[in-house]
Amino acid sequence: MRIKQLLIGMTASVIAVSSYVEMAIADLKFPMLVYRTGAYAPNGIPNADGFVDYYKMINARDGGIGGEKILHPECETGYKTQVGVECYEKNKKDAMVFQPMSTGITYQLIPKATADGVTVYSTGYGRTSAANGKVFKWIFNAPVTYWDGASIAVRHILKNNFGNIKGKKIALVYHNSAYGKEPIRTLETLSKKHGFKLMLLPVDHPGQEQKATWLKIRKARPDNVLMWGWGVMNQVAIKSAASIKFPMDKFIGIWWSGSENDVLPAGKGADGYKSLTFNAPGTNYQVHADIKKYVHDKGQASGDGSHFGTVLYNRGLFQAMVQVEAATVAQKIHGTSKITPAMYRDGMENVNLSAKRLEELGFKDFAPPFKNSCENHGGSGLAAVQQWDAKAKKWNMITEYMYGDSDVVQKLIAEDSAKYAAEQKIAERCN
Amino acid sequence: MIYKETGQYKSSYKSDHAIFPLLQDKIAFSTLMFIAFLIIPFVINSYWEKAILVPFLIFSLAAIGLNILTGYCGQVSLGTGGFMAVGAFSTYKIMTYFPDMNIMIIILISGLITAAVGIIFGLPSLRIKGFYLAVATLASQFFLVWLFNKVPWFYNYSDTGQITVSERTMFGIPVTGAEAPSYATYLFCLVLVVTLSFAAKNLIRSKMGRSWMAIRDMDIAAEIIGVPPLKTKLSAFAISSFYIGVAGALYFAVFLGAIEVTESFDIMTISFPVLFMIIIGGLGSMLGSFLGAAFVVTLPIGLKFLMVDMVGLSAVTAKHFEITIWGLLMIVFLIVEPHGLARLWSIAKEKLRRWPFPY
Repeated sequence: MRIKQLLIGMTASVIAVSSYVEMAIADLKFPMLVYRTGAYAPNGIPNADGFVDYYKMINARDGGIGGEKILHPECETGYKTQVGVECYEKNKKDAMVFQPMSTGITYQLIPKATADGVTVYSTGYGRTSAANGKVFKWIFNAPVTYWDGASIAVRHILKNNFGNIKGKKIALVYHNSAYGKEPIRTLETLSKKHGFKLMLLPVDHPGQEQKATWLKIRKARPDNVLMWGWGVMNQVAIKSAASIKFPMDKFIGIWWSGSENDVLPAGKGADGYKSLTFNAPGTNYQVHADIKKYVHDKGQASGDGSHFGTVLYNRGLFQAMVQVEAATVAQKIHGTSKITPAMYRDGMENVNLSAKRLEELGFKDFAPPFKNSCENHGGSGLAAVQQWDAKAKKWNMITEYMYGDSDVVQKLIAEDSAKYAAEQKIAERCN
Repeated sequence: MIYKETGQYKSSYKSDHAIFPLLQDKIAFSTLMFIAFLIIPFVINSYWEKAILVPFLIFSLAAIGLNILTGYCGQVSLGTGGFMAVGAFSTYKIMTYFPDMNIMIIILISGLITAAVGIIFGLPSLRIKGFYLAVATLASQFFLVWLFNKVPWFYNYSDTGQITVSERTMFGIPVTGAEAPSYATYLFCLVLVVTLSFAAKNLIRSKMGRSWMAIRDMDIAAEIIGVPPLKTKLSAFAISSFYIGVAGALYFAVFLGAIEVTESFDIMTISFPVLFMIIIGGLGSMLGSFLGAAFVVTLPIGLKFLMVDMVGLSAVTAKHFEITIWGLLMIVFLIVEPHGLARLWSIAKEKLRRWPFPY
């Protein structure tokens, strides 16, 4: 009896597997590496929901990209590098693009994806020097890099101090990992240029323990604090800053440290906290209306649908939009709807999101226009500052989109990518 | 009847001392080696390589290392992640200083460096035991990881603290870096693991291994009968660290290729899982090290395959189930078979010996 049941079970599972394999052939595959569990889940969930809702909306509204349905298998990484590798190997066949959503996994995938011929799109994170398309053929990090981010934050501080920050003290509270260390060199260069003192305060993974960090800040009284945090680290830092009564408008986070999840736990104390951003919050855009109509109203929202319109959800929409747009461009260039991963890369390299194109896509005034090219995989380099209003529970944009210190940043990018090219023996393209 | 020993006479000391005294075991082992060396390299793809086989081999090596220390010599250690980091960073530094050195030699030297570090951190074991020693080794874990993150010399002053492997070849075929073919990395790890496992097995059967076990079973009695605790404990630390160091070197150079110390050698990603491997596999058993590593490496992947690809659960639900099932299995294991998978195998052998006439 038992053996019979076992046999039936096995046959059923074999059928299930073979049908799964067949299903995956015809469409465009956009594998997703997500983390809805672990210490980084509070940020990982809204972002992943944004992606899924956008893909579902495109499938429902336009019947896919140029008639090809989007497949978006999820693979849960828990923000762990080793699991990320497993997920990549599992999904890389015929995959258009990977969005690792983790600096560690991005560093892992850069050589692997380059060897396999798969596009990696790390939207505003990952390895900053990947902006140099001459060296990093398969890697894109548009629209803005961490080094732009660091110099935009310094520019904002400069503006608030009437252009003079000589002798001022700026502290950097950072996630003690490749991600958090990214801006250090830029900030060091800028500190020499503008004459401010830089104070480095690492916070170890996962970031719940920050007592010592904020005690130091209370003692040293820096004029400004910058933060490169992610996951629970953001919440704890903002709460700690509020509890030592650090002036919140002097506290600026990177774009990954400025979502609702980060400020809400600190309650009123978080009022006035600033962060950089490269996309607008809110739900007043055509794309949100479409998602509401085609996805949410049909009860197909990803997750519980509660993150609709939050900062990271909207960023997920933006990231997914760029990935879909790259496929559209690739289809146009190669004159076929059935694009290969190599054709997709050409599409990503020729993405041109002008203000007009953004409006057509339902993203009018949602993000600054940007454009990729053979040399430049880093986009426009534009970001703005937003500020949290704790009473209205809402982020407000307080500046225009601005450029970073491109003299400093471009020089550092050229240096770092040249180093990588020499190590890996890569010849420059686009010449 | 399957495991029939009758009729297998040992007529020399040599045959009596063989690692596999039974004919059946010999056949099974040779078949396994035949498959591992001559069949798998031809059918391996990059998923099997990167997700299952290479991590399995590397973690088997780490588990053997920890088993020597904890299973055979009775010294509990939570410093595995730190020691693996020593192996990885030694490999990285040697690779950058001597670009022409053969990768196999680099990895073995990294093992020796780790052994030296292991001796230093093993010194407290002469005074403290049990839980107290576990805490002392835990300190080594945190110290080593902190050191490799804090001192920029270890990561060649790179901006992000990441270390990246460059391409190295064996017989003209790349075994490290992104271009390395799947069969090459697999065979490279396999050769190291098989050779070092035989070495470990023989060490355990030698005088040194027996003195480790004497210390484990009762250190005072061992000392009285003439087993020197200093030499014995430190040799266990050194050899265990050598294995763990080689595993760390492979983990960095062959498996991941780019590593960040705080994430890749975290206590939760290395030290505890390797300890679980030897507990689940079987303390003081070579076979147990392999079974435990196989169990810990393949269980999450197997569960994911079953739940996501077969049943069609969403990735996140499957992950929640996976975490729960993992915890439950640990508890069930410790209650039902505290001696691990290796003990289950020996019970199975016993049953097979009597089959079909159980009494």
